[in-house]
Amino acid sequence: MAADPKITEDRLDALREEAARTGKVQDHGIAPVGSPFPKPASAVSYHGNPVLKPPTWTWQVPLYFFVGGVAGISAVIALAAHLFGNAGLMRAGLWIGFLGALISAPLLIADLGRPARFLNMLRVFKLRSAMSVGAWTLAGFSSAVGLAVVCHELILAGYGNDFLLVIEWIADLSSALSGLILASYTSVLLGVTAIPVWSENRRLVPVVFLAGGLGSAAAVLELLGFLVPVTQFIGIVAGTIETVVAIIIELRGRYVDRPLREGAVGWVTRGGAALAGPASLLLRMFSEHSSVARYFAAACFIIGALISRIAWIEAGRVSARDPQALFRIQRPASNGMPH
Amino acid sequence: MPTSAFLTDASICIGCKACEVACKEWNHIPDDGFNWTGQSYDNTHALGASTWRHVLFLEEKQSMGPQLAGIDEPFRWQFLSDVCKHCENAGCLEACPTGAIVRTELESVYVQHDVCNGCGYCVVSCPFGVVDKNHEVGTAFKCTFCYDRQRDGLMPACAKACPTRSIRFGELQELRQEAQVRVKELQDRGYTDAQIYDPAGFSVGGTHAIFVILGQPEAYNFPPAPEVPTIHLKSAWSAALLSAFVVVLVIFLAFAL
Repeated sequence: MAADPKITEDRLDALREEAARTGKVQDHGIAPVGSPFPKPASAVSYHGNPVLKPPTWTWQVPLYFFVGGVAGISAVIALAAHLFGNAGLMRAGLWIGFLGALISAPLLIADLGRPARFLNMLRVFKLRSAMSVGAWTLAGFSSAVGLAVVCHELILAGYGNDFLLVIEWIADLSSALSGLILASYTSVLLGVTAIPVWSENRRLVPVVFLAGGLGSAAAVLELLGFLVPVTQFIGIVAGTIETVVAIIIELRGRYVDRPLREGAVGWVTRGGAALAGPASLLLRMFSEHSSVARYFAAACFIIGALISRIAWIEAGRVSARDPQALFRIQRPASNGMPH
Repeated sequence: MPTSAFLTDASICIGCKACEVACKEWNHIPDDGFNWTGQSYDNTHALGASTWRHVLFLEEKQSMGPQLAGIDEPFRWQFLSDVCKHCENAGCLEACPTGAIVRTELESVYVQHDVCNGCGYCVVSCPFGVVDKNHEVGTAFKCTFCYDRQRDGLMPACAKACPTRSIRFGELQELRQEAQVRVKELQDRGYTDAQIYDPAGFSVGGTHAIFVILGQPEAYNFPPAPEVPTIHLKSAWSAALLSAFVVVLVIFLAFAL
């Protein structure tokens, strides 16, 4: 390569002359020195630019995932309490479900680009769209749990009769069923997308989200003063699942999981898992003798589960930006391209 | 109505961006900020809410068929106009919870932005990263396949404006044949890495925009094996329902113990 710009220009002139004389240049030319020659594109992607679009969702979405999970599972706890005759837990569970539903809808609507058109989601029902299933589930759950709360309060106020008792059971059962779907559909919503880290974890995200909802629902009850064996048992199971999932993500070491392990989002993911998993479990060990430890365990789990929701959305953003995450999944099949 | 489609040929694109301009003018799309990306002559990086045709500029360290680059190292400068693929099984359409995204009688995929409420689910469901949300308007936008022009018997604005016939518009099966003839011709002339990008063998089930490219699909940020996300519905819901069952079990166990 010539270092002197003059030589470069001379060589270019020679090439031009040769081209003009023979109509063809026989040998390779020169790399212009010092010229604003652009950098070549990366060989394996277009300038390293993202192939996919990152999620457009705002902060309300992970919060909605969390609140919806707590509300849905609370309704299931309320049904179990109803069956086992635990009046206190039943009433609390129903109210948490109801208030959660009240908060969920505004959160979901606020994220929309055109909030006034929220009802457009109820003009069609598409089983193939997790977003459609979710909108209908939220509408159904809100109605069911609202009815359950009204029935329950009427019965407590002394207006109970056979009819109201039957309605309460129906409302209770349907809020528990729709609550389960409300707490789980958000994981399907992520799993059934083009985003590599979500799609490739479509079997794991449901475990994370449901364990998070389960543990958080119990933890909210604990913070309300239900320091009973039921919430302790649920807390231990949920904390254990969170720990196991975190270990799986770390040990599997897949490229596609890098947003969950590396960079700022990776550490946020780990932080959330550590709070909901080992930290809450450790605090529960001391909660036999100290109710303060129990409260802290509950708070730890709630904060951890909330952070985990935020981290999963953010990981999707990071994953969408990395073209290699997508290509690595698809490359084994790239030989099948019709030529 | 015959199945209309685009065939975009990288080997004769000259990177003039007439397609981008014609598309913007016809469809009244706002500008993209006139950014200098530092990525060759590309100003927009990718397709998006306000970029429905995107001309890629690839500078590659390999020779362009038998051509001499005029410099020491092998080098080629390639262009290609990218566009919405209008998939047979479209991720955006399947994801849309409002029914705003529809399949038209032209078999194209169309966003009715007076119905769209901007939930953003199509954005993460497109395996090609095409559709995006316009944050000022709040709804999703992408190529309309010039639905209005096609209804009136006109070809899409980009194809009409293309000065080299790099963008061809016509019947899909005919364009597929044209593409095969073109690739054969290119390979005979020494462009050995010429190939068709037509992902018909994957779950997107074929597209209404096919391409003749030189080199691997990845170089153009084309997914080598694009899948519609809904093929994973079954496995995701199975895992979710199984987990939900375990949750019920744990709760009842907690009360029973």
